[in-house]
Amino acid sequence: MNLTLKVWRQDGPEATGHMDTHALEGVSPDMSFLEMMDMLNDQIIRAGGEPVAFDHDCREGICGMCSMFINGEAHGPGRGVTTCQLHMRSFNDGDTIAIEPWRAQAFPVIKDLTVDRSAFDRVIQAGGYISVNTSGNTIDANAIPVPKEQADDAFSAATCIGCGACVASCKNASAMLFVSAKVSQFALLPQGQPERESRVQRMVEQMDKEGFGNCTNTGACAVECPKGIDLSNIARMNRDFMSAAVKSKK
Amino acid sequence: MLDSKIPEGPLADKWTKYKDDIQLVNPANKRSIDVIVVGTGLAGSSAAASLAEMGYNVKALCFQDSPRRAHSIAAQGGINAAKNYQNDGDSVHRLFYDTVKGGDYRSREANVHRLAEVSTNIIDQCVAQGVPFAREYGGLLDNRSFGGVLVSRTFYAKGQTGQQLLLGAYSALSRQISKGKVDMLTRHEMMDVVMVDGKCRGIIARNLVTGELERHAAHAVVLATGGYGNVFFLSTNAMGSNVSAAWKAHKKGAHMANPCFTQIHPTCIPVSGEHQSKLTLMSESLRNDGRIWVPAKKEDAEAIRKGTKTALEIAEADRDYYLERRYPAFGNLVPRDVASRAAKERCDAGFGVNKTGEAVFLDFASAFKRYGKTEASIRGLSQPSTEEIVTLGKEVVKAKYGNLFDMYKQIAADNPYETPMKIYPAVHYTMGGLWVDYNLMTSVSGLYATGESNFSDHGANRLGASALMQGLADGYFVLPYTIGDYLANDIRTGAISSNSAEFEAAEKAVQERIDHLINNNGSKPVDDFHRRLGRIMWNECGMSRNEAGLKKAIADIRALREEFWKDVRVPGNATSYNPELDKAGRVADFLEQGELMCMDALAREESCGGHFREEHQTPEGEALRDDENFAFVSAWEFAGDPSESKLIKEDLVFENIELKQRSYK
Repeated sequence: MNLTLKVWRQDGPEATGHMDTHALEGVSPDMSFLEMMDMLNDQIIRAGGEPVAFDHDCREGICGMCSMFINGEAHGPGRGVTTCQLHMRSFNDGDTIAIEPWRAQAFPVIKDLTVDRSAFDRVIQAGGYISVNTSGNTIDANAIPVPKEQADDAFSAATCIGCGACVASCKNASAMLFVSAKVSQFALLPQGQPERESRVQRMVEQMDKEGFGNCTNTGACAVECPKGIDLSNIARMNRDFMSAAVKSKK
Repeated sequence: MLDSKIPEGPLADKWTKYKDDIQLVNPANKRSIDVIVVGTGLAGSSAAASLAEMGYNVKALCFQDSPRRAHSIAAQGGINAAKNYQNDGDSVHRLFYDTVKGGDYRSREANVHRLAEVSTNIIDQCVAQGVPFAREYGGLLDNRSFGGVLVSRTFYAKGQTGQQLLLGAYSALSRQISKGKVDMLTRHEMMDVVMVDGKCRGIIARNLVTGELERHAAHAVVLATGGYGNVFFLSTNAMGSNVSAAWKAHKKGAHMANPCFTQIHPTCIPVSGEHQSKLTLMSESLRNDGRIWVPAKKEDAEAIRKGTKTALEIAEADRDYYLERRYPAFGNLVPRDVASRAAKERCDAGFGVNKTGEAVFLDFASAFKRYGKTEASIRGLSQPSTEEIVTLGKEVVKAKYGNLFDMYKQIAADNPYETPMKIYPAVHYTMGGLWVDYNLMTSVSGLYATGESNFSDHGANRLGASALMQGLADGYFVLPYTIGDYLANDIRTGAISSNSAEFEAAEKAVQERIDHLINNNGSKPVDDFHRRLGRIMWNECGMSRNEAGLKKAIADIRALREEFWKDVRVPGNATSYNPELDKAGRVADFLEQGELMCMDALAREESCGGHFREEHQTPEGEALRDDENFAFVSAWEFAGDPSESKLIKEDLVFENIELKQRSYK
């Protein structure tokens, strides 16, 4: 396959970016998208240029590091896949492909296609945990049965990889899907109950502080989510948030 | 001499007695003690969180953009624990025994027993943290089986167990970060350890975004930096996984133990072409339900390779379920090293089933039928048709392994619900690593190694679902005790200064190396060298090894290393974000580590676990150990150049287990 690539180049957070055009020949349809990017970088380095910086690590769709906005879609065409799982067989010979970073105020560009997603970490630090210390004396793991359906739903919410595709896809750059997935995981488990109200309040507060936008229920986030995190999580978070606000003694 | 510091007394009492006897640090003093944890996978996150909870000041580093992305996240199948929830005869002793046997009798009894003892606490702890393990309809935890054992002791969360456990540890870590007890440095890489008066007192780190070098001083340093499988270029490791932190420690005096013990995992998606950048694992849990086979007739295998026949056209009688044939007792659930070699043997003999001839089938057809029948019976269907049964069975399999099947479909462009998967062995895990004593301290005072980065628990072959167990055991339940015994002597030391001559010198050396790489102006990108190194390692130090091949590999690696330093091209500069520069430093270290691995493989004149020397095998082609001469840990001491490294032996003493030829027949 021969391709024309239009790639976003930006030296740093304050620099002005632009799209660069590269021709790439001899791409195999069996390559993953990132292997195609490796090939591009190899070509650039051998020609004496500076390669395109992009985040990637596990290359099997679970670490959440890769983050490319391809032809106007987070993680490119195809549903339920990350950029690293996208294969070139999804494209045609002669295609022009536009490759951009996640674009959101809360995710400043570090270089080229690499963005800073530490805002997500700070949202988790605000309450995305159950406050238990390491102890060799917690109760036996089977002491509290959890209905399978509830455990499965908690698991589904917990499969979020924190890639930020939801934010990148949302016209408001809202992080509601990400935050609600963590809120839901713990809201669905008995272990998460003691901090259920304070957790949702603190996480939402931090989310707002980071500059993520509001949710207007377009559902674009769930469509582009590589892990299929369900919109119902947002509904659950809204319910919990309202209920916590009503009960709050503050 | 190496002192493993194993406590006296009966095996089952050692850990308890040890904990009763060690020195403790009082809470007020903990507040004036600093610990650095490098790496935030299961071993690192759990250690950083636990130490911070105890009151120490912790600094944690990861090269990724978030601690949640460490490669533990990709572990699929599960985590072992001797809970015996299934009432199938499991116990701490049995888990201990299985692990030592599975490791082909090349691990330390006391360490492994401790691991088995704390395994049950891990599950309790994780459930308390909100880790959503798979459950039965009654609400209790579900288990499944893994290779090399006869019980069901593996806890899991679909095919994403590592993700769920790491997010649990990441949560605990995040809580401590929010309290200010952990200073989390993301996109930071450790460049060297710093020694002051014979003790490890800090590190030189590099901020990967700005390129700045930083000095971090502490009373102790913990390396939780994972394995070095990427020395093979192609492996199931993440692209960034590297040996550099461990290698830097090695060059500062930490011995590297059993570096040749590499785990080649039998069930990975085969290589598709030259462009391949990494390999993807298909969880071992699939061997619970999948049956591995190749055609029994060579002409069928040839027809499949040419594309004139498909797997479905091969009659049942013409299939060779070679694991079930060779190992009737364990069948498809033999340990990884055995399953990998058996696949290689069939493919080398000409029975491989893809274009390259390097693939075997993993077939779920009989599982679809078996589960379908049970499901039909549950639903009360009378005389269901075969199609109905298969459809129901596929639903059950989907619920168990759905994400793995999706992943396969995505990568291989083939639907595993309709045709069998094709799989082949790939580099997955390294049992070798930094030598540590019972306290998990390396041969450098004050420098600890946990998780995959140490060598201690898995001998010559790791059993499935035991890496997660070890990472969390070390971080949550072992290190927090053992490090206290060391730090108790530091309560009067006061803060360590990073303005000393030692820090100065270490920083200067790091800077010089970076300058050399960035100004080298060679002609070939880093990956060019990495790929070539990988090819040498895979061909000569992979699934089977021999003297001539290893000697050739050593010479080839030396030549390649020389060429690298002359001709590598690192674009950009050292004062901004430059992933190529990061990679260059890592590959430079792999080019040294690879040589040591080959030297270790050459010195170990026996076959054991994942280390298969062609010269040492039974008439049936099984690994032939030499307990008389090789029941020891090879600990290598650095002496200026990898080729000069000295071999120090730690004899392995087996008091509780009788050494036997491993048999899974």
